[in-house]
Amino acid sequence: MTDIFGVPLLALLGQMLLGLVNGSFYALLSLGLAVIFGLLNVINFAHGAFYMMGAFAAWGLLTLTGIGYFGALVLVPPLIGGVGLIVDRLLLKRIAHLDPLYGLLLTFGLALILEGGFRYQFGVSGESYDVPESLQGALDLGFMVIPKYRLWVIAVSTLVCLVTWFVIEKTRLGSYLRAATENPTLTQAFGINVPLMVSLTYGFGVALAGLAGVMAAPIFQVAPLMGSNLIIVVFAVVVIGGMGSILGSVVTGLSLGLIEGLTKVYWPEASSTVVFLLMALVLVLRPAGLFGRQT
Amino acid sequence: MHRIDTCFLSRALAPSIWIALALSICSAQTHAAYSDNVVKIGVLTDMSGPYSDLAGPGAIVAAQMAIEDFVARQKPDFKVELVTADHQNKGDIAANKAREWFDREQVDVVSELVTSSTALAVMKVAKEKNRIALITGAGSSRITNEDCNDVTAHWAYDTYATGNGTGKAVVQQGGKTWFFLTADYAFGQSLEKDTTAVILANGGKVLGSVRHPFPSTDLSSYLLKAQASGAQVIGLANAGADTINAVKQASEFGITPKQTLAGLLMFITDINSLGLKATQGMYLTEAFYWDMNQETRTWSKRFYERHKKMPTMVQAGLYSALTHYLEAVKASHSDSTAVVMAQMRKTPVNDFFTHNGQLRADGLMQHDMYLMQVKKPSESHYPWDDYFVRATLPGAEAFQPLSLSRCPLIHR
Repeated sequence: MTDIFGVPLLALLGQMLLGLVNGSFYALLSLGLAVIFGLLNVINFAHGAFYMMGAFAAWGLLTLTGIGYFGALVLVPPLIGGVGLIVDRLLLKRIAHLDPLYGLLLTFGLALILEGGFRYQFGVSGESYDVPESLQGALDLGFMVIPKYRLWVIAVSTLVCLVTWFVIEKTRLGSYLRAATENPTLTQAFGINVPLMVSLTYGFGVALAGLAGVMAAPIFQVAPLMGSNLIIVVFAVVVIGGMGSILGSVVTGLSLGLIEGLTKVYWPEASSTVVFLLMALVLVLRPAGLFGRQT
Repeated sequence: MHRIDTCFLSRALAPSIWIALALSICSAQTHAAYSDNVVKIGVLTDMSGPYSDLAGPGAIVAAQMAIEDFVARQKPDFKVELVTADHQNKGDIAANKAREWFDREQVDVVSELVTSSTALAVMKVAKEKNRIALITGAGSSRITNEDCNDVTAHWAYDTYATGNGTGKAVVQQGGKTWFFLTADYAFGQSLEKDTTAVILANGGKVLGSVRHPFPSTDLSSYLLKAQASGAQVIGLANAGADTINAVKQASEFGITPKQTLAGLLMFITDINSLGLKATQGMYLTEAFYWDMNQETRTWSKRFYERHKKMPTMVQAGLYSALTHYLEAVKASHSDSTAVVMAQMRKTPVNDFFTHNGQLRADGLMQHDMYLMQVKKPSESHYPWDDYFVRATLPGAEAFQPLSLSRCPLIHR
């Protein structure tokens, strides 16, 4: 069998596929962050907490009402998005005119409060959520046996990312959104309700985090700190991709998942550092990120 | 209570001038502790981080119960007070808090101390201030070896005992070949090292290991390596959320039950939050299980009433340690560190937590450990009915023998 640096090719392919699964989560979460930053100029540190709430909402729906995974996939994003709308209306709107740093601090505080509340209620070990029955089992791909659910994650997140990109870049609604970001005053003068669009955008970004939470629930333990473990990496993804670049965050999310997966094969100890090493490099060579616009 | 040991000068002088000197030379706290007749217990634990379920608020409940039960039973002629704080798993925060408690709040004993780095830091402060440290949450075997001292008692378990118990039992039951998933920091590495020695000594083989960063959310890559190694047993030399996610993902990838997982440090709270479906068949070593006998059930149900979770060995061990301490204070009519420690060593530990436990000269409370196997969902008949007790590991076998101790107190 062919070896690549001492690792059999087939085993390597398996590890890359796993990296792609993690990359899908990075992409989904950083997409939400990029949309929010691009259109609202808010660095949403509460994103990890919303992701965690999405997972808990799925768990709650199953435990309390018996609504299963697919129901949660439909119900949870609007629910969490609704929470996002409330946060925007009650909190973010009040500091919209200030430096983005204030938004960062506000959302960071909010994340700590949300996580603290869930920890108080559920304990730090969290709850277990099973893979839905129809997606249980594994597929033998020849080079590896992969759980069906992981393939499902790649498929759904790729679809969601594509649709989001299409809506924002190619539709009329998207053009309004982009216009509202470029020049809110002028856009409003054309009769477009900019504040409403901005609120809905935040809600949509948060809903994406909720969706990622539902998708993560069967793979990771549903625990109050699950978001804070992930959010720092996701921010690194956004920085590498270029703040606010939608395509950038998706492509970077997937590729960083891959790179991290490869690091886990060759040098596992460095796998949690490699993303930040790349971030530092990118910041030095292309400060606006790989896909960001140089200003 | 007389606390003359904190003030060296006063001890050497005649009793008639003792009080005057104590007032002028010693800090105010010595005087206050002498006059106020209070034994003050500090519980320093992780209230919000990764270990807050296995220790944390539940440990405080256990400490409150220990104090209430002792006061009701013994009606002592001194008051017992409790102070608590969150050390956030940071050694420096823990050391500073302990110092503040000793210097300003006349705390006599600091207890719990989950996370080895906090325990190791606080032990040193306790030695410096000549107060007592009762450790139930931390696991490092350094506490009673390289870093041992005569004011510390290590009560519930250590990594030697949990790794040794599980490693030996699994090898003896046919799990000869092992692969380790090791958290890449001191605790994980020493757990791997200790367990490897046991596996080799019992005729097993270690096929390999992978060191993963701490913490890691996705452990599937490492699990696939373990799977590819073909080892019969995958040893989890990690703790908390890492272990939980590893178990969950091993089940997702169909690695279990073809290969067996051995949790080298797991607690009943981990098992309960993962559920029996994902953990069934696993072996682990614990010092305590709530459902072992009538005594453990009675105490644990009282604990459950207050905490809404069954106790871990850390929480039950804290009750045992504090009770033993308070009984020693009462029996010796003193809260002097040396006197109380001597009394605690002299008296065997007999309570619901353990029988004939012995506090050794190196600070280890040697007691029986138990090899548990996690039940199948169909074998569990009520909540928290999680374990079969597969074997009792007598204290002398479960813990490192005193003859192998690296503690300077032993080979002086």
